[in-house]
Amino acid sequence: MIDFHLDVRSGVSPYQQLVQQVQRALRLGLLSVGDQLPTVKEVVAKLAINPNTVLKAYRELEHLGLVTPRPGLGTFVTHSLADDSLAAHEPLRRELLGWLDKAQRAGLDADSIEALFLTTFRKATEVTP
Amino acid sequence: MKPVLRTQGLSKSYGSRPALIDVTLTVPAGRVVGLVGPNGAGKSTLLNLAAGMIAPTAGTIEVLGSRPAADAAQLARIGFVAQDTPVYAGLTVGDHLRMGRRLNPRWDDALAEGRVAQVGLDPAQKAGRLSGGQRAQLALTIAAAKRPELLIFDEPVASLDPLARRAFLQSLMEFVAELEVGVILSSHLLSDLERVCDHMIVLTGSRVQLTGDVEDLLATHYRLVAARGGLDALPPGVEVIHAEHTDRQSTLLVHDTVGAVPGLAADTEHLNLEDMILAYLTRAALGAVGARAPQTLEAQR
Repeated sequence: MIDFHLDVRSGVSPYQQLVQQVQRALRLGLLSVGDQLPTVKEVVAKLAINPNTVLKAYRELEHLGLVTPRPGLGTFVTHSLADDSLAAHEPLRRELLGWLDKAQRAGLDADSIEALFLTTFRKATEVTP
Repeated sequence: MKPVLRTQGLSKSYGSRPALIDVTLTVPAGRVVGLVGPNGAGKSTLLNLAAGMIAPTAGTIEVLGSRPAADAAQLARIGFVAQDTPVYAGLTVGDHLRMGRRLNPRWDDALAEGRVAQVGLDPAQKAGRLSGGQRAQLALTIAAAKRPELLIFDEPVASLDPLARRAFLQSLMEFVAELEVGVILSSHLLSDLERVCDHMIVLTGSRVQLTGDVEDLLATHYRLVAARGGLDALPPGVEVIHAEHTDRQSTLLVHDTVGAVPGLAADTEHLNLEDMILAYLTRAALGAVGARAPQTLEAQR
């Protein structure tokens, strides 16, 4: 079972935040096929949010083909987003740590590191029309 | 389904002092409605009219398709908790439940007992000795256990600390999920309303400034930033709610009812609910200056 959280200052709508958190959990392998999502009542009781927000998020996940509601039982994961690349996460993370270490020793502070990473990331993943 | 609330030219005066002027609105069924506005805007008056505690001076109001407090059946359909969640100080928690059982034809005893146990209220405790949070939970429990179709709360969380406030809203949302009950609540706390409400009514100076489903409201409000003078001529259907100018730049908060904003040559972004409501409250407060003493803005960030 995963746990949701909500950041009302993020500018991302609450229902989108729930959708993204499930997608992230699926990508990281925290959720896999057959796992159950928290019930609507459990989510609203924890986050103090409108039940319609949770229903909307679950409908969106269903529309994306990731989960299926089983009436009377709950909502279950039917498709995983974790693939063979999951195995590559750990070595990549170690390399990234090595790079971060290098950047710090070169005198970059946290803000500079983040800015450098984000601009490079955006440039590298930019889709040229 | 019948609208939860429908008013037409609804007005209420206390003597010569108007408390609500010409309110016409429709709230669809199945919503959690947030009622926002400064003190003295008429929020309590509107809620008391909906509960049938007072009668309109002019115009009509229908709640769940009927006149408020028309008969015993209509009374049973609505759970009303007045400001500061009043309870009977001299009665125990258990007494309150017994009274609820005797007075309400649709009383849900299992729900009442279950909730009291879940939130840790002692049935032998006198209600006068409960904390603010516990008192709010007791009032919510009684209102919900009467199994109404609509729950109405006047400032239920205003006097609660953040923890008790969150606990109250958690309980309320649990009831909404479980009982499929509609809710109208007034509050100053915009960030709380942002979590729980999917419909908004903004009331200032006895008049409705804005009403609608949150999703639609967010989709039609924008912040526009452009060079000074670049936004002087806006297309019809785009209403300026708030404007700020420096010598170089103009920043406008606008309501776009015709879908014209995406075609404008300006930086455009959507607003969050809090900024949108604050823009309306600010406009009303500025408009009140000169005409009479400015109302205190109590919207808390």
